[in-house]
Amino acid sequence: MVDIDLSMVNWARAQFALTAMYHWIFVPLTLGLSFLCAFFESIYVRTEDKQWLTITKFWMTLFGINFAIGVATGIILEFEFGTNWSNYSWIVGDIFGAPLAIEGIFAFFLEATFFAVMFFGWNRVSKKFHLFSTWMVAVGSNLSAVWILVANGWMQNPVGMIFNPETARFEMNNFSEVVFNPVAVSKFVHTSSSGFLFASLFVLSISCWYLIRGKHLQMAKKSIVVASVFGLLSSSFVAFTGDESAYVVARKQPMKLAAIEGLYKGQTKAPIVAAGILNPDKKPGDNQEPFLVEIKIPYLLSLLANRSFNSFVPGIDDLVYGNEEQKIEGVASKINKGKTAINDLALFKQARKENNNKKAESALANFKKNQEYMGYGYLNKPEEAVPSIAIPYYAFHIMVALGTLFPVMFAVFLFYAFKDSLTRQKWLLPLGLISGLLGLIAQESGWAVAEVGRQPWAINGLLPVKIATTNLAATNVQITFFMFLGIFTLLLLAEITIMLKQISIGPEEGVLK
Amino acid sequence: MISNLDYATLQQLWWIICSIVGALFLFLTFVQGGQTLLWQVAKTDLEKSLVVTSLGRKWEMPFTTLVLFGGALFAAFPKFYATSFGGAYWVWILILFSFIIQAVSYEYRKKPNNFLGSTVYELFLFINGSVGILLIGAAIGTFYTGSNFTLDLYNRVTWDYTLLGINLRGLEAAFSLFNLSLGIFLVFNARILGALYLLSNIDLSSTPDLESRLRKGAWNSFLIALPFLLYVFICILFMKGFNVDDAGVVSQVPSKYLSNLLAMPYFLILLLTGIILVLYGVLSSYFKKSNKGIWFSGLGTILTGFVVLCLPAFNNTAFYPSKLDLQSSLTIFNASSSMFTLTTMTYVALGIPIVLAYVVYVWKLMDSKKLTAEEVTEEESY
Repeated sequence: MVDIDLSMVNWARAQFALTAMYHWIFVPLTLGLSFLCAFFESIYVRTEDKQWLTITKFWMTLFGINFAIGVATGIILEFEFGTNWSNYSWIVGDIFGAPLAIEGIFAFFLEATFFAVMFFGWNRVSKKFHLFSTWMVAVGSNLSAVWILVANGWMQNPVGMIFNPETARFEMNNFSEVVFNPVAVSKFVHTSSSGFLFASLFVLSISCWYLIRGKHLQMAKKSIVVASVFGLLSSSFVAFTGDESAYVVARKQPMKLAAIEGLYKGQTKAPIVAAGILNPDKKPGDNQEPFLVEIKIPYLLSLLANRSFNSFVPGIDDLVYGNEEQKIEGVASKINKGKTAINDLALFKQARKENNNKKAESALANFKKNQEYMGYGYLNKPEEAVPSIAIPYYAFHIMVALGTLFPVMFAVFLFYAFKDSLTRQKWLLPLGLISGLLGLIAQESGWAVAEVGRQPWAINGLLPVKIATTNLAATNVQITFFMFLGIFTLLLLAEITIMLKQISIGPEEGVLK
Repeated sequence: MISNLDYATLQQLWWIICSIVGALFLFLTFVQGGQTLLWQVAKTDLEKSLVVTSLGRKWEMPFTTLVLFGGALFAAFPKFYATSFGGAYWVWILILFSFIIQAVSYEYRKKPNNFLGSTVYELFLFINGSVGILLIGAAIGTFYTGSNFTLDLYNRVTWDYTLLGINLRGLEAAFSLFNLSLGIFLVFNARILGALYLLSNIDLSSTPDLESRLRKGAWNSFLIALPFLLYVFICILFMKGFNVDDAGVVSQVPSKYLSNLLAMPYFLILLLTGIILVLYGVLSSYFKKSNKGIWFSGLGTILTGFVVLCLPAFNNTAFYPSKLDLQSSLTIFNASSSMFTLTTMTYVALGIPIVLAYVVYVWKLMDSKKLTAEEVTEEESY
């Protein structure tokens, strides 16, 4: 169908990863810190204790600094689909554009409008309306997460649409299927709750720094209590929804599940790898051991994937080369069917152009037999259907390990906070201090699991990334890659130095005059 | 009721919705215009604080509206979204870049240890208001002058305009005097709006110099904008346009946009009303020392912008014409989403009035008292 410039594809992917991962430093913090600010302010309005107002304003200052750069890094993502992935935009714009437009209408305006009140309305609106505005910013931020994850969920599990051979594109035929897509639902609950968790870690980190330095003790202790309660609740929710996400992935993206577990040979009663080092030489289909060292927990993967100890979990080899016993079709056969479908579609388009209805109809009938495999027709060999294993595998295990540590940490902090002996726990405070950074690592790992693990697909099983790009010389994308790298790095450095300065100024001088 | 609308009606409705959003954006560029005025009208730190804080409380509005404009076009006219953003690559990248640097500037400009220094953030704001708006104007201009692309059987866009062996990917839009004039007009119109907005939003009693510079800023911007406006207006009346005949064949016909105006006289009325309102806003502010000019010029900009976006799309006209291959040109009928998507999105759009209502309510609440010098020195300010 088209000449593919692989270098362009790789640069476009690198650019998406760059911009998305930068954006993702700030967004989870916005998702959670907006609610934490709303909690702090609610306590202030309830108790009328000025100390809570100080606390609220301090965290709001940090929220604002973070929010601005989140907005700055976000605008490019919406338009990047057009600039670098225009073929994708055209093929699925019917379905994918809708959630982005809805996000604009219902989420961004809520955030933008009430953000101005939250920061400048203290003396312009009533106390209650101000509180309401702070809550609206939190709702707006999280509402935008809903819609962008509906869009992302659809790429992972395309539903609610049909392929229209006349236009050679996908068209929506069921909006509620798109919105209530199980992948979208599990993504949203997992992602937003992980944002709450990350923001709690951020508050904990900075508060621990104050405790270590012996400054702003009252604010730090109070902030720790609120953040630990929120963090503890969020982390249990994150764990629960993470389990649900894995279950959905097992249904919809078995290759991703196999990749994050480094599972090559499928098995019943499959164990989970708790920790291990991948064998870097291992390739699909060879007989090498996948791990150099590993610690396994028996049965757990079968339980996680299928809610049953005895169930079969397919491995990479089963999915690539097929497994007759388990009725899994190999990629080679899917590629053949896909190529036939592409061919029939071309014949159909040609016949339409020539106004030859009879020929068109028969080509269409043939096309329909294999159309669900069309995306596979663009793959050159079965192994191309396998994502990178190392990135999703390590990212997943880092994420899970950290996700297990966090709730324990919050519980310990709460315990000592209620005993009012936090300042004496010299071993605990440094851990709290670095916890924000650990949270960030967990966040970025989660992104890598979701997005690297689904390669080579832009739309799972239907459209490989290499077909989704713009017809554009790679040089253009290289230049813009470095432009974004440069400006985002500059802005990140600015954000960090400003944030550190505000933290060192602390609540009294910095916020209340 | 919405489910009974036929496909063609929905397609036209969505072009109107997108045009309204685009026109609102052009009104909201008073923020960008104000940014380019900053160095010129504000000489002291207090004046700067007043201007930046006043604009800073609104900066997210044009930003968000631009994002919505993009999102609405993506959902309703995906072929345009794919062709224009993927094709005229560099124009859009530079526009986006100018908005990326804007987004942090208000928040970071006055913060201690801001790494780049406040002048750099002010420069960012200036670039956003000048280069950003100029390129947006040039991009809108291509609705009239056409672009250099072809679409294949699968609608993949090939962009072909090379200079010295480099494919300019849309930057060549700046070589057209019409596109350039429209861009320059928008930059100076934004400056007019910016000055008028600041006059209405700030309590200028303690800063009379700022007030006189703002009035002069609006007036001078108007004098510069006027010849470009006239040039664009005359071109629109007489230039060749891209007509679509009953068989869907695109051809260039003389005075196409004039005949569109005559065929759709309500657009002519809206356009003239719009221009008169813009004029009235400027004149009343300069001669009558009125501080309400923004409402007239603002509404005028909305009406004018709306017509400028609708005129090349209705009455059998291709709104995103290709100069290289006329038959690749995009019309609202061949570039739109499916009927199902447009119907669904129309239900969604029923929420827009609610959004507008709370935006206006909160805006009024926040602006009921003018911004004072005490406020920017004693409370939160940018």
